[in-house]
Order: sequence, then structure tokens, then C-alpha cells
Amino acid sequence: MTTTGPTAAIVAKKHPVDDLLRADRLPHILCPGCGIGTTMHCYLEALVESGVHVDKHVCVSGIGCSGRTAGYVKVDSYHSTHGRALPFALGIAVYRPELTVTVISGDGDLSSIGGNHLIHAARRNVNMTVICINNFNYGMTGGQAGPTTPMTAKSGTTPYGVADKPFNLPHLVNAVGANFVARWSVLHARQLKDSILRGMRKPGFAFIEVLSPCPTGFGRPNDVGEGIEEMLKYHRRCKWDDKARLEDVDIDMLRPDSPVIVGNFVDRDRPAFCPATGAPPASPTGATEESTKERAAMKDAH
Amino acid sequence: MSTQSPSKPAATPRVRAGVHFMGGDFACAEGALAAGVDFFAGYPITPSTEVCEHLAQRLPQVGGKFVQMEDELASIAAIIGASAAGARSLTATSGPGFSLMMENIGLAAMMEVPCVIVDVMRGSPSTGLPTGVGQADIYQARWGSHGDYAVIAYCPSSPQECFDLTIQAFNAADKYRVPVMVMMDEVIGHMTEKVVIPPASEIPFTPRKRPSLPPGDSEYLPYMPDDDLVPPMAHAGEGYKIHMTGLTHDERGYPALSAEPHEKLVNRLVDKIRVHAADIVMHEDFLLDDAETIVVAFGCTARSARAAVNLARRQGVRAGLLRPITAWPFPTARIKELIAAGQVKQFVVPEINLGQVRREVERLTQLPVRRVHRAGGAMITPETILEAIVQ
Ligand SMILES: Cc1ncc(C[n+]2csc(CCOP(=O)(O)OP(=O)(O)O)c2C)c(N)n1
Ligand code: SF4
Ligand SMILES: [Mg+2]
Repeated sequence: MTTTGPTAAIVAKKHPVDDLLRADRLPHILCPGCGIGTTMHCYLEALVESGVHVDKHVCVSGIGCSGRTAGYVKVDSYHSTHGRALPFALGIAVYRPELTVTVISGDGDLSSIGGNHLIHAARRNVNMTVICINNFNYGMTGGQAGPTTPMTAKSGTTPYGVADKPFNLPHLVNAVGANFVARWSVLHARQLKDSILRGMRKPGFAFIEVLSPCPTGFGRPNDVGEGIEEMLKYHRRCKWDDKARLEDVDIDMLRPDSPVIVGNFVDRDRPAFCPATGAPPASPTGATEESTKERAAMKDAH
Repeated sequence: MSTQSPSKPAATPRVRAGVHFMGGDFACAEGALAAGVDFFAGYPITPSTEVCEHLAQRLPQVGGKFVQMEDELASIAAIIGASAAGARSLTATSGPGFSLMMENIGLAAMMEVPCVIVDVMRGSPSTGLPTGVGQADIYQARWGSHGDYAVIAYCPSSPQECFDLTIQAFNAADKYRVPVMVMMDEVIGHMTEKVVIPPASEIPFTPRKRPSLPPGDSEYLPYMPDDDLVPPMAHAGEGYKIHMTGLTHDERGYPALSAEPHEKLVNRLVDKIRVHAADIVMHEDFLLDDAETIVVAFGCTARSARAAVNLARRQGVRAGLLRPITAWPFPTARIKELIAAGQVKQFVVPEINLGQVRREVERLTQLPVRRVHRAGGAMITPETILEAIVQ
């Protein structure tokens, strides 16, 4: 977008990711101070840098503020149901292995209602990049606690404070064998972009947790404050440690002295998920130009 | 005459033309293969497991992808995703898994992503009778997901029909861009009978409607329907940069969260099946010409009903059978026509549930509708149906 107004000079006619946004869907629905826009930007910059042809990239989301990302990016994009982005994306990734698939969705979507799919997609090492926007709450529904909300936090459903221990997502996803596991905050825009890019280039399951301010649902009710104040907290408390012991990287945004460990924690090369193939097919699947019947007939000839 | 035993992988063709002695679940899987299924995602559950296991073996042999998912929520999501990328995709389940799939069946209806769901009905509700027959998911097939939408559901009554109707299901799904159900019951799924598989060239094939405009053409609107109310479908990876959402959307596929686009979209989703009902509906008429008692029965119960009609005829009672092959759309027009002809004096509706199809018939007539129901676990015998006919 260009800046307009009487005093604003035009710095650039075109932003590098302009072509990857559905300009006709803007303005977006996100609140001021929300970190989702920055995350989306980092994702699109990584996509540009990856060199993947935009026609061969697919974005899948679940439901939530974070899940709305699929509606703003100008690639084939699917806004599925709450929690089901990963199996939806698996269907695409397995059927059309030549496509690169990114899932971008919320902490609640991916780790609560979709938590079972998360551990299984990571275990299988499905070839996809998952950007999990952790804003420590269910933003879309107005700020309720979920499995990432810190203990004692106040929310719409926890007026007396959260009583259960939140997930340590990198530890969880690593434990089941994902090939790439990272955590950054939206303050680390460059590292985040680089991390997503590494995830995209990595065969198998790449999981990037992004700590992201939600002033509306989490910041204000918990004295974390506005978006900028949450960013300042990341600035003060984040420690970059790629070699951190993942069982120790729990986050507690409500304890002022507790560090927030970020980094590219895991980079391994387990084989990516590839369902069994029997006899070599007479024609490759996925050639969508070919009619199914032609495929059937060709296969029959062998 | 060949048997069910698998031949050597490399030699197994997609369409196993020939005369077979084959179980209903296997015939369903073979029908899917003949229809060109590319992608199966499922989770084992009695009495549908054979569909899943048979495709686990057969699908990779013909270049398709088989994935056993972590649950049915994942299975249905995966087949919608694969279909959005161009696959003919399938899942198979039974009541408990069918229940878990409901939300995303609504997504498939809303996104208009074709897919086929096989539900082999067992005794229900809940875990019910895992190995016992049931026919009580008929309403769930039609109304199971929240909101108004339309689907197509076939009810095979023999292994041959499991084969034929699974092909039909894929064709209808692609033609109308809807989720289509194949509603077998446990008896039909597990029954072994003669199944004739025609050569590949004789397998009916209806292609999915595809855009005529090239990618990048500003005129192309992913959800602009043709005159038949069905929009042509672009797939992931083709350059159309389409957006699909379960939110109410406009012709661009973009969220449009207000009453007017919602009204338009939901009505079209229902109307695209309603206006084509005459083309979609299938039923079998048996001795209806002079029938005064019409038995309406589907699936395995239709087999008992046919025997009951024959027994009644032997006693000089003018009975006939109307067998809905599509449960949805229901053969309403045919029943109305039979009522209008003035000959019929009563209906008898036997079914292995407490009155789902019976309610559909009652809605259409003032004539007596005799109920022959059982909750599940065993078939209804011809004698029981005969009693109701001659009562
Ligand atoms: C099956 C189902 N249950 C509940 C909801 C309501 N709902 C919509 S978004 C959401 C939470 C989203 O939280 P998260 O994934 O963290 O995304 P955020 O909005 O915080 O970005 C919920 C509970 C829904 N849409 N579907
Ligand atoms: S509610 Fe929170 S997550 Fe949602 S847009 Fe607002 S700030 Fe962002
Ligand atoms: Mg959230």
C-alpha cells in the first residue's frame, strides 16, 4: 500500500508482497496492535524468497482471527473448519506432492480443537509448513482461555484465573518427530521470515510458533497491555537459544522475570510422509488436465 | 469366474472387468476404483472396514493414494482437501464415524467440493450394535450437519448395486458439486453375491464441471453458477488463486457476511439439487401397476419386502414394492403419482429404524401407512411384512 496524504511522500509504488495480497479484500478485520498482520507479511516474504511459483503454493487455515489469513493471501487458499486445517492440507499435500502447502492458523485451532491432528501430522512428518500464531487465547470469540493461556490469566471463561498448565508447543511437536521446529515472536520479523523460509524448504513437517500480541483478548485483561507493550515485553524477555532443551521452553507471559526462549530449535531429516505406492502407475496421478476416465482407461491397459 | 482373492499387484487393473462373487463392501471399493477414485482417507470401523482395507491394498496398485487417518474428523477433512486439489476422493465409515464427519460434510456442501462418503449402517445410536444391521442413519445423511443444504444419498440393495451406485455417486458428486453418500446397511455390506464388472470403456463417467476461462482472466468468478446452478470448479495449483471458505461467500468466493448473500447462497445450494431431482432420483418399481398395497422399502429390507410382495400375490393380495434407490432426494414425485392414480389403498413401510422413511411417506398421503419397524440387530422377515400387508 502506498501512503497518501498531503505531506506523505510516495516511497514505493509497489510493495514486494503486494501481488500476494488480495487487495480487494482490504482493509482487514484485525485490531490495532494485533500481530497477525506482521506474521502474514513474514510468511509472504518467505514465499517470495523461496522462489516457489505462486501458482504452486497453497495456503490452508482453520477458524479464528489467525485463520482469516487464508482469505487475504492471493494464492489458492482454503479457509477450512475449526481445527481441521491440518488434515485438509494433508489431502492436498498427499494428492498433489508437487505443490507446497502452508498452514497458518491459531494456537487454539491447531493445539486445542485440532490438537490430535497436530501430533499426528508432526508424527507422520507430512510435507507442509505450519505457522501457529500463538496469542495465548481465543481471539476471534472475544478472548477466552485455551491450552496456551498462562496459569492465573484472566479471560472470559477464566474469571478466577487459568488453573491448568499450558502447552509447550515446540516440545510437543519435537517429541513426535517433526523435521523443523522453531519459535519466534512478531518482534523478530526477520528471523521469523528466515525461519518460515527454512520450513518451506525443508521436506517434512515444519512447525513455527509465532508469539503474537492480542491486545483485545489477552493483553488488556491481563495487564500485559496494548500491542506495543507486549512487543516491549518480547524485546526484554526473549532469549535466542537454538540449542535450548525443549522441555524447558515453557512460556509464562504473566511472570515478569520469566524468559521467553526463541530460536530454530530442531532441524532433522526424517523421511517425509509418503503413502505407500503399489505397482508403478501407468500415468502419474495429479495430472489434473487428464480426465479421471482417461486415467482409468490408461491404467487398465497395463 | 474370478474370486475376491487378490491377484499379483502389477497385474491388477483399475477396473476388474468380469463376473465376480463379491461382498458388498468389496464391490463398493471396486466401484470406487472403476469410477477413478484417486484418494481415500479413512478410519477403521465395523461394518465398513472392508472398504478401507480393500482400498489400502488396491488403491496404491493403480497409482492412487490411501491414508489411514487419526480419526473421522481428519478423514473427511482430508478428502475435501484432496478433492479441492482435483481428486476423486472417498471415505468410508459407520454411524459413530459418520457423526464425527457431520461438520465437514457441511463444509463440503458450502464450499461445493465433491466427495463421496460411504456409511455402512449398523445398530445405533451411539456404539449400538457394531456388528448388527441398522438403517437408522437416513435422516442423518440428509440433515446431519447444521443448517440448510442438500446432498444426494444412494441406498444399495445388493453387492451389484454397491458397485454401480458408488460409480453413480462419484458422477453425481462431480456433476452437482455436492457431498454424496452411499448408505449401505450392514447386511448389504457383508453380503456376498454375483457382481458383474463391465469393461472400463463401459463405466459411466460424468466429468467435474471445470472453468472454461483461463487462469488470470478477470471475468472468472469461482462461484458464479451456470444455468444449472452449479459453478465450474478450479483446482488448487492451476493458477486461478481461488479462495474457498465455509463462511457465507459471494461469487468471488470472498466472505460476504450479511443476510442478502447468505439468502442467495443457501437457496442455491438447496435448489441445485431440488431443481434436478427428476434427474437424480432413482427408484425401482416392482408389481406396482395394479397394487393396492404399496410397500416402500430400501436396502436389505427391500429384499424381504420383495419376498413379502410375492407371498401376498400368491394369496391374491394386490401388493407391490417401491424401492427408493436414492433416499435423498426422496422419490416424492413417484409416490404422489401413485397416490394420484387412485388405486393404492395403503402403504406399508418396513425399515430397520423407528420410522424415518415412514415419516417421508406419511407426509405425502392421508392413506393408512402401516409401520413395520425394528430398532436394529436383525433383518425384518418377509412374514412380518406380509402380516402388515394383509392386515
Ligand atoms: C467447532 C467450532 N467450535 C467453536 C468455534 C468458535 N470459534 C471460532 S474461532 C475460535 C477460537 C480461535 O482461537 P485461535 O485458534 O487461537 O485463533 P485466534 O482467533 O486467537 O487467532 C473458536 C472457539 C467454531 N468456529 N467451530
Ligand atoms: S482479537 Fe486479538 S487476535 Fe483477533 S484481531 Fe484482535 S488483536 Fe488480533
Ligand atoms: Mg489464539
